[in-house]
Amino acid sequence: METLQFRFEQGSRPLAGMAQLVGVVGSGNLEVLIEPASLGGACEIEVRTAAVGFGATWQAVMTDFHERWGLADARICINDMGATPAVVSLRLDQAAETLTGGTP
Amino acid sequence: MNAPEGRWTTQQRNRDERLARARAALGDALDGKIVAPTHIVELLHQVLEPGDRVCLEGNNQKQADFLGKALTRLDPTRINNLHMLLSVLSLPEHLDVFEKGIGARLDFSFSGPQAGRLAKLAQSGKLNIGAIHTYLELFARYFVDLTPRVALVAAEMADREGNLYTGPNTEDTPAIVEATAFKSGIVIAQVNRIVDKLPRVDIPSGWVEYVVQSPTPYYIEPLFTRDPALISEIQVLMAMMAIKGIYAEYEVERLNHGIGFDTAAIELLLPTYAASLGLKGKIARHWALNPHPALIPAIEAGFVESVHSFGSELGMENYIRARPDVFFTGPDGSMRSNRAFSQAAGHYACDMFIGSTLQIDLQGNSSTATLGRIAGFGGAPNMGADARGRRHPSAAWLKAGEQARAGRNMIPRGQKLVVQMVETFREHMAPAFVERLDAWQLAEQAGMAIPPVMIYGDDVTHILTEEGIANLLLCRGEEEREQAIRGVAGYTPVGLGRDKRMVENLRDRGIIRRPEDLGIDKRLATRDLLAAKNMKGLVRASGGLYDPPKRFRNW
Repeated sequence: METLQFRFEQGSRPLAGMAQLVGVVGSGNLEVLIEPASLGGACEIEVRTAAVGFGATWQAVMTDFHERWGLADARICINDMGATPAVVSLRLDQAAETLTGGTP
Repeated sequence: MNAPEGRWTTQQRNRDERLARARAALGDALDGKIVAPTHIVELLHQVLEPGDRVCLEGNNQKQADFLGKALTRLDPTRINNLHMLLSVLSLPEHLDVFEKGIGARLDFSFSGPQAGRLAKLAQSGKLNIGAIHTYLELFARYFVDLTPRVALVAAEMADREGNLYTGPNTEDTPAIVEATAFKSGIVIAQVNRIVDKLPRVDIPSGWVEYVVQSPTPYYIEPLFTRDPALISEIQVLMAMMAIKGIYAEYEVERLNHGIGFDTAAIELLLPTYAASLGLKGKIARHWALNPHPALIPAIEAGFVESVHSFGSELGMENYIRARPDVFFTGPDGSMRSNRAFSQAAGHYACDMFIGSTLQIDLQGNSSTATLGRIAGFGGAPNMGADARGRRHPSAAWLKAGEQARAGRNMIPRGQKLVVQMVETFREHMAPAFVERLDAWQLAEQAGMAIPPVMIYGDDVTHILTEEGIANLLLCRGEEEREQAIRGVAGYTPVGLGRDKRMVENLRDRGIIRRPEDLGIDKRLATRDLLAAKNMKGLVRASGGLYDPPKRFRNW
């Protein structure tokens, strides 16, 4: 088990609505909890992952996610059971689409 | 005029000698053409000679397993140095022949499950590989320089005259028998049953020398059954991109699919997602395809007008029988497949091949060869290659050709769409994109003249991953091509090595298209889009006609 923290400043898109949970905790999958939070315009992401040693890949996936969405005042918690970056990105996009009502 | 008598009939006379030996040795165990199963090894001892080229029918699906086992029981001091010809090498017996010193040389197409052991035997020197072929290429050589002296084939039934019924799984039999029988060779068929009257004659008795009833029915593999329950949401997303970004874009009406879950997802999205885009009757109408159970919902929805098959698929018999407008069936109602014709159909009469692979390099070369395994090609290279001999136009073929030639001073012609569809990471986080294919190292280890490439980069027109579609037809120059590939390679080292500015430029020009560029809402990428969500759903869609093999009955 490994826990990774990411914080991206100066987002521009606030979330609308209640906290949402997407995905499932199962092998090769993950769940994403996304909720509005007062973070001074930042987006904080905490990743708890079963696969140790993929910090650089997570960093790249999260940076791209922030470049796509630029979420502001958003807290995201990820429970990962060895999902591929493809699944991670899909779940994050689904979560963001649900709470912004839009596309990247 | 003074030619010695029989100068031109050595093969026929040698054949007659072999038949005479068999008659003398078998006595009462031979009744016309029917050989007692107890005497099969004796028969092979009499009709084979050391150094013979022997074609053992082993296809993608049905296997002449009884005859294959009999071969392994031959006395290697009497019969040895056989040159074995196999389209698919999938049973342990196929390699036992070499381990026991009966066979020495091998020409083949595909080795799937035996790929690891084959590599070891080749390295130990017990087996000398002539070449790895595509199916069509190997069949072609049966008529040129690899004509079998003896062919061992499998059929469903024979009558007492020796006529054969090969039925739905006719597969390679006609090609093998024709090459052997008409060049003074000897054809031996194992059959599941001997009957008084056949449902229909697939191979006439005049081409068959011996028939033996196998104690157990021939082995057959349900190779094309994909349980929809195992299709992931990423595969659904990629299928949406394929349908909207390629099928609709090029109006692909005639096509061939690979056998993986990626393309099974597309089949299951035709009646739902493709229908919602108004594509029924406009795409995916004619197929060169095995009877994939995953295609049932699309057939029932009226998407599919015709399917010609390389072989059959276990459990699909009754469904096919009830849909003769779609499938090729005989007057008796059962399907007739033919691998050679279906390969030709897939090569010349289809506008698109789409399938998966294991590794893609920076030029777009694609290979399923991995270290320590000599897996072969099967039919993919003939499906996944531009048909340079094609001359008839179609909308998809013309558009692909135009895109490839835009801005160049070239005479107009079309091009086949060859799409490689992969997730950027395979299981265990193995990247699908690599700087250098494992095929290079395999070629060095096995002493091959060239690395075993399944689909050459210059034939690949599109690479589709969860990140997007790279249209290689529109790339100008090697650098653009490399960046287009890196631009859909996700978080693999190849993907992370992209030139971001150049990739954005390619995206602006429509060479790379992301799901959002295609207007795809990722929230819809859920398993709810699958027309059948599990095996039971397929059975239900077939109106109860599809009867899945036991191991797929999970409800």
